Amino acid sequence: MEALYAFCVGLLTASGVFLVLRSRTFPVVVGLTLLAYAVNLFLFASGRLTVAGVPVVGQSATYADPLPQALVLTAIVIGFAMTAFVVILALRARADLGSDHVDGREEQSNGELN
Amino acid sequence: MKLLLIALLPWLGALVPLFSERFGRTTCAWLTTIGPALALVLTLVMLPSVFAGELVQVRYEWVPQLGLSLAFRLDGLALLFAILILGIGLLIILYARYYLHEKDSMGRFYSMLMLFMGAMLGIVLSDNLIQLWMFWELTSVSSFLLISFWWQRSSSRKGARMALTVTGAGGLALLAGLLLIGEMVGSYDLSVVLESGNLLREHEWYSTALVLVLLGAFTKSAQFPFHFWLPHAMAAPTPVSAYLHSATMVKAGIFLLARFFPVLSGTELWVILVSGAGLCTLLLGAYFALFKHDLKSLLAYSTISHLGLIVLLFGLSTQLAAIAAVFHIINHATFKASLFMAVGIVDHETGTRDMRKIHGMFKYMPYTAVLAMVAALAMAGVPLLNGFLSKEMFFAETLAQDLFGAFSWVIPVLATVAAIFSVAYSFRFIHDVFFNGEPVDLPKSPHEPPRYMRVPIEVLVAICLAVGIFPGLAVYDILRAASSSVLGTEVPEFSLAIWHGFNLPLLMSAVALLGGLAVYASRAKLFRFQARFREPDANLIVEREIQRFVRACQRLTQGLENGSLQRYLGLLFLATLLMMGSVLIDLVPLAGSREMLPLDGVAITAAVLLAVSTLLTVLWHNQRLIALLMLSVVGLIVSIIFARFSAPDLAMTQLAVEIVTIILLILALFFLPQEMPRESTQARVLRDIVLAVLSGTMIGGVCYALMTRPLTSIADYFLAESKPGGGGTNVVNVILVDFRGFDTMGEITVLGIAALGIYKLLMHARLHLPTRDANGRAWAKDKHPPLLATVAQSLLPLALLVSVFIFLRGHNLPGGGFIAGLVTSVAIILQYLSHGVEWIKDRLKLNYQTMIACGLLIATLTGMGSWLFGRPFLTSWFDYLNWPLVGEFEIASAIAFDLGVYLTVVGATVLILANLGKFSTPFRDAVPDQVVDRPSTNRKEAR
Repeated sequence: MEALYAFCVGLLTASGVFLVLRSRTFPVVVGLTLLAYAVNLFLFASGRLTVAGVPVVGQSATYADPLPQALVLTAIVIGFAMTAFVVILALRARADLGSDHVDGREEQSNGELN
Repeated sequence: MKLLLIALLPWLGALVPLFSERFGRTTCAWLTTIGPALALVLTLVMLPSVFAGELVQVRYEWVPQLGLSLAFRLDGLALLFAILILGIGLLIILYARYYLHEKDSMGRFYSMLMLFMGAMLGIVLSDNLIQLWMFWELTSVSSFLLISFWWQRSSSRKGARMALTVTGAGGLALLAGLLLIGEMVGSYDLSVVLESGNLLREHEWYSTALVLVLLGAFTKSAQFPFHFWLPHAMAAPTPVSAYLHSATMVKAGIFLLARFFPVLSGTELWVILVSGAGLCTLLLGAYFALFKHDLKSLLAYSTISHLGLIVLLFGLSTQLAAIAAVFHIINHATFKASLFMAVGIVDHETGTRDMRKIHGMFKYMPYTAVLAMVAALAMAGVPLLNGFLSKEMFFAETLAQDLFGAFSWVIPVLATVAAIFSVAYSFRFIHDVFFNGEPVDLPKSPHEPPRYMRVPIEVLVAICLAVGIFPGLAVYDILRAASSSVLGTEVPEFSLAIWHGFNLPLLMSAVALLGGLAVYASRAKLFRFQARFREPDANLIVEREIQRFVRACQRLTQGLENGSLQRYLGLLFLATLLMMGSVLIDLVPLAGSREMLPLDGVAITAAVLLAVSTLLTVLWHNQRLIALLMLSVVGLIVSIIFARFSAPDLAMTQLAVEIVTIILLILALFFLPQEMPRESTQARVLRDIVLAVLSGTMIGGVCYALMTRPLTSIADYFLAESKPGGGGTNVVNVILVDFRGFDTMGEITVLGIAALGIYKLLMHARLHLPTRDANGRAWAKDKHPPLLATVAQSLLPLALLVSVFIFLRGHNLPGGGFIAGLVTSVAIILQYLSHGVEWIKDRLKLNYQTMIACGLLIATLTGMGSWLFGRPFLTSWFDYLNWPLVGEFEIASAIAFDLGVYLTVVGATVLILANLGKFSTPFRDAVPDQVVDRPSTNRKEAR
């Protein structure tokens, strides 16, 4: 199970990295979201995987580590805030600069600004 | 305590001129003198105890972990320098009152002068290496400000910049040297360092530390080859030149040599470096001084030469040489400061400093002329003046040394040559300026200066005479006290008599005097000879090099930072891979000893789904809507993973955030180009794939290694304390609102800031509003499908009920403020989606900014509430109440905190989405393609 989990984290990371290296804002945002999943899963895994061990006192015999869960919970919400910020920044950039490029090029893509 | 006051008074005094400037120039000057005068009195009060050999110290811990303390010491050397700094400083204040033009800002000048005085005093009084260095750099900075006092002039700016560059760079070298010394000794206390001479000299880092410290000292004291900045610093007002560039700041390097003389001197390296630099500087300065037509340049090169003389004496490393060096510090400070002030008067009264124009001044200002001539003769080393005595001692020491074997005679010969030139330029100064015919077209008609402008010169010249005629009476005690701290041991007997009988030093003095006269007499020939060489302009060279350096930096920066996010991230990932990978390679073999969970069908199915949807997201990222749908699948599976591995809170949060994120991204798609051409080259795609695969492998590998290793966690504490300490059984929630409430507090603050930032970003945005899709079809006319609207509306109360339920049970069962907030947000956003912003605006009068603010306020106030009970911030409280009908019910302060979290989350989330959403509503049916500037009436909606 751990190997499979690690594979998923690795895949999410790789996909995220590939997408943030694209030249337009939208794939970068999607890539960031994927990276956020990977990071959250990674942090979560630092408490090790536990099945049927909900960290609510009195509900099970052994408990999962609650600390990474608490950290990841806020990380998810903050991750959303950051994604939202980047998205809006991208929109504003397109509005002000007329382009959704992040590769430093200024050329205008024709016919897209419909 | 007195000592601390001495060190701080100039700093306090720096404020005085700024406030007293308005009361007139004279008042301002007098008020400014109060601080240094008090400090001087306090210093003089301690004179007897220091003469008796007492070491006054004061120490306050500052950052003990770094070895940094606020520590001052007053020994003989510090005392001598403190008297010079404060005494000459007072004279300069008086002098500057008359020197400065009415248009110059007196308050600014005095204030900067006092800052410099404070910094300089700090250097000489410091008892801690780091602190000493700090003051050292402050002198560089204040010197920069003072040189550029007339910042309108290009020469001032350039001179100031060069001085700062050279001395600042030297200061950095000094810091490195001092850090090395501190590490070698194991303490940054000067008192400890001064006891560790043998340890330092035998340490393997000795030579490195010595070179670094000398770099600092030589740059500051304008020693060859760093002497070039000093003549250009003469662009400063003359009081500054007199104070900083003859009497005090340039002596800081000398002070450093004297300070570390007991622990660093005596080695071969010291002798070669220090006496070598000193000798070169001595000769070079004396030679070039003769050819300068500008009065201040002449004095600048003369200063360089005399500084070289002092450095050479320290380099000789004998006890008597060190005493002679200290003696010459005093003498040079007095006669050179008075000469600068005299030159300032000449400049002030004639309007020029060119010696080819200024002649015959004796007629116009006989009184000043006499003073200047006495000082100049002291500089030349004429008997009955102080310069003569220290020069005699200098000659005697050059004869006494035996450092260079058979070539030892070279040093006294070169010393005599330098002395000849020294006499020659002194005579030139006297003869050219005060005699030698009539002045040539002066800008002003010269006359004696105001009475009080001469007083500082009179005082200093009187000291020159007193020391020259009654040396034993005037300086013996202080010289002895200062020398004892320079030597670090008992001071050997030395005599300060004017007459030592006929001996070699006397002969050398005589040769110097006669030779100097001869050189001056044949100056016409020498000037012609010198005119054949083009003198390089240090200003131009330095400026050119600086500009070249800046251009190189710009090229480097532009190469790295070309505006392409791809490049930054690529470099970032590559660097991370290299740095992390090289360390993490030790993890192989990855598998640890921890027992693994068995695989099952559900897990494999989920993993396959996740893998496929992730890969499809990547593959189809050009078809944006489909990529987004795939992304939502990934998010759902992530949330299922959380649920599976015992994290229901996370699963719920992830689910809610997923919904909000996808809605946000779909909204964003509306404003972004709908299609995207493939434009990455094959090579780039390949490169990125390699980077991505490597990153993924590394993270996956680390993750695997992490999970298969045993865990020692602090979780047990939280699990055990959750109920008794936090009053709740849902440990995750108790951690969030109680154990680590401060973290949560920070996080909701970030959330609020992000939301407000987005609000601001969107406020005046002119977003692209497409009216048709990529294929030219108009968007759906049916804005708000009635079915959706009806369902959403009827779901709202239910959703709100659910969120209240989740909120309330959060302390004991999965749930809490974050999740409840997200559920509420989704419910509200659904209303926006189904009815449109306009419709909601009229019905739901919520101000989301206020909501965020209230949330943060509630959370903060809850945290501060614990102060009322004398507990630290965010200490929680809970109790159980027995309510009628309901039964036992828990109330806890953490619930209030969670309410703050809830409100912030709702406010932030809805603020973000509603603000973006409102852009998509108006003009949707408008036909022509356009960039819409939204009318201002819509600006306030949907807040």
